[in-house]
Amino acid sequence: MALLAIVVAAAPIGFTNSYFYDVGVNAMFNAIVCVGLNLLIGYAGQISLGHAGFFALGAYGSALLTTMYNVPPIGALTISALVVGLLAFVVGRPILKLKGHYLAMATLGIGIIIHIVLKTESKFTGGPDGMSLDNFKMLGFTVMGDRMWYWVAGVLLILAVWLALNLIDSPVGRALRAVHGSEVGAEVVGVDTSSYKVLVFVVSAVFASVVGSLFAHKNGFITPDIGSFFGSVHLVTMVVLGGMASVFGAVVGAVILTLLPQVLASVEQYEAMILGVIMMGTMIFMPKGLLPSLLAKLKSREAGR
Amino acid sequence: MTLLKVENLSKEFGGVHAVEDLTFSVEPGHIHSIIGPNGAGKTTLFNLITGVYTPSAGRVLFQDRLVSGLKPYELAAMGMSRTFQNLQIFFNMQAIENVMVGAHLHLNRGFLSSFLRLPAVVRGDRECRARCTELMEFVGLAKYLDADAASMPYGALKRLEIARALAAKPKMLLLDEPAAGLNATESREIDEVIKRVAASGITVVLVEHDMKMVMGISDHITALDYGRKLAEGTPAEVRANPDVVKAYLGAHA
Ligand SMILES: Nc1ncnc2c1ncn2[C@@H]1O[C@H](COP(=O)(O)OP(=O)(O)O)[C@@H](O)[C@H]1O
Ligand SMILES: [Mg+2]
Repeated sequence: MALLAIVVAAAPIGFTNSYFYDVGVNAMFNAIVCVGLNLLIGYAGQISLGHAGFFALGAYGSALLTTMYNVPPIGALTISALVVGLLAFVVGRPILKLKGHYLAMATLGIGIIIHIVLKTESKFTGGPDGMSLDNFKMLGFTVMGDRMWYWVAGVLLILAVWLALNLIDSPVGRALRAVHGSEVGAEVVGVDTSSYKVLVFVVSAVFASVVGSLFAHKNGFITPDIGSFFGSVHLVTMVVLGGMASVFGAVVGAVILTLLPQVLASVEQYEAMILGVIMMGTMIFMPKGLLPSLLAKLKSREAGR
Repeated sequence: MTLLKVENLSKEFGGVHAVEDLTFSVEPGHIHSIIGPNGAGKTTLFNLITGVYTPSAGRVLFQDRLVSGLKPYELAAMGMSRTFQNLQIFFNMQAIENVMVGAHLHLNRGFLSSFLRLPAVVRGDRECRARCTELMEFVGLAKYLDADAASMPYGALKRLEIARALAAKPKMLLLDEPAAGLNATESREIDEVIKRVAASGITVVLVEHDMKMVMGISDHITALDYGRKLAEGTPAEVRANPDVVKAYLGAHA
């Protein structure tokens, strides 16, 4: 945790221009979404291929409420998060009864529906052309510029990590992990497994929505494609690569996969393919993910001494 | 007062009558054993009692309340707890965390207090960890206090399930073949644990193939065959029952 704070604080030393800050903010935004998503995937053992949809709903919620109804940004963010949480609760109840492939398909469906709605309801969303919105203002203070966003994102990332770590090491978090370990084993000692699955689904959706709102303000312009299926797969790949059931792993995965396209800018058309290869490689060579695998290696090396 | 009543209970799986028209009751404070050859329906019976399965017919009363149809977690809240013949360990967690999940119902389960790690949660977890440590020692797992569940041998995992079930502070504990796959020494230790659990006032319903253990510790035995009740009574009565002798000889022949 302290290490994360130091990395966040020290990284800008190497930032020579605002482009670095911009990438840094995106990396941290993705990291926050992945910390939430990892609670669902890595800890509770469920899957979602629709989380970019919740991210996009947060973004569009903020855009609509601030531009059309003059709601202050923080209010728009909160209302969007509440609505997304409610939506996740309503759809989560029935679909989290499903397991494995069926759950994956159902969440995929949700993501696709959200994407299509954003694309076609052009009266409100501007359709494929997108929507623009204003800076994030709060208490007479305006967050603008990549530098300022960087620090905001950094603080929020640390907050998200802190919350996630708290949760994992608590009665609620242990119940969530028990759902992953054995549902029937958890049930017979009093864990209402369906409710816990819905709870973590809602929490992860709210994380995505809040970040979506912030992303919208930071970018100043959004299109429905932020909620595409590819976006959801991108998020899941970050979690899987970094390490399922590892909060810091999710952060590492998000940072790597956000930076990668910048590094590989010249082969942009192959991005989806590279993502696929990374996903496959991780599953085959380190199914626990990058960070847990590295830590395990370090541990065994130390034990070998 | 009778603690558990099973009345005309049946469960059918696509034509297989796993449990058929079964009636018996369990008295509080007893060690009540269910015996029968493989496939007799013992595990199915446990699943029916604990709400993992819903009966095809008949009903279950726990503390005189109709409980068939309730979910396992609701039954756990009423004081039922169990172990599994095929282990249901949380292999993604530490051993002691497995036991701490057992204490779930007795902890502060508020989402916000967990999320913010309020002092009450920290305190509750500290006390819970201490109690779960004692439980692990009680079942003979002192050397696995820091272990990951995934690194433990089979015999230790069987005890871990008992510790987890005890952490729920049950009124009635159902043990499905707790000694299966254990060597003679380990079996005797489990035997000792069961006796001490019963002595602490917890009613035990036991499924076990180790006849020496069953005859030695049971207050009452119900013998099943093909899902039906074959005999019941004290160990001496059941052992002398010609049907039981025949079923067992038949199963072994
Ligand atoms: N989930 C299930 N689906 C289909 N058949 C089952 C199921 N569970 C048990 N059975 C069948 O029910 C019968 C009783 O099994 P079980 O209760 O496991 O017996 P025991 O625990 O006494 O060995 C067996 O014939 C078994 O094949
Ligand atoms: Mg069985």
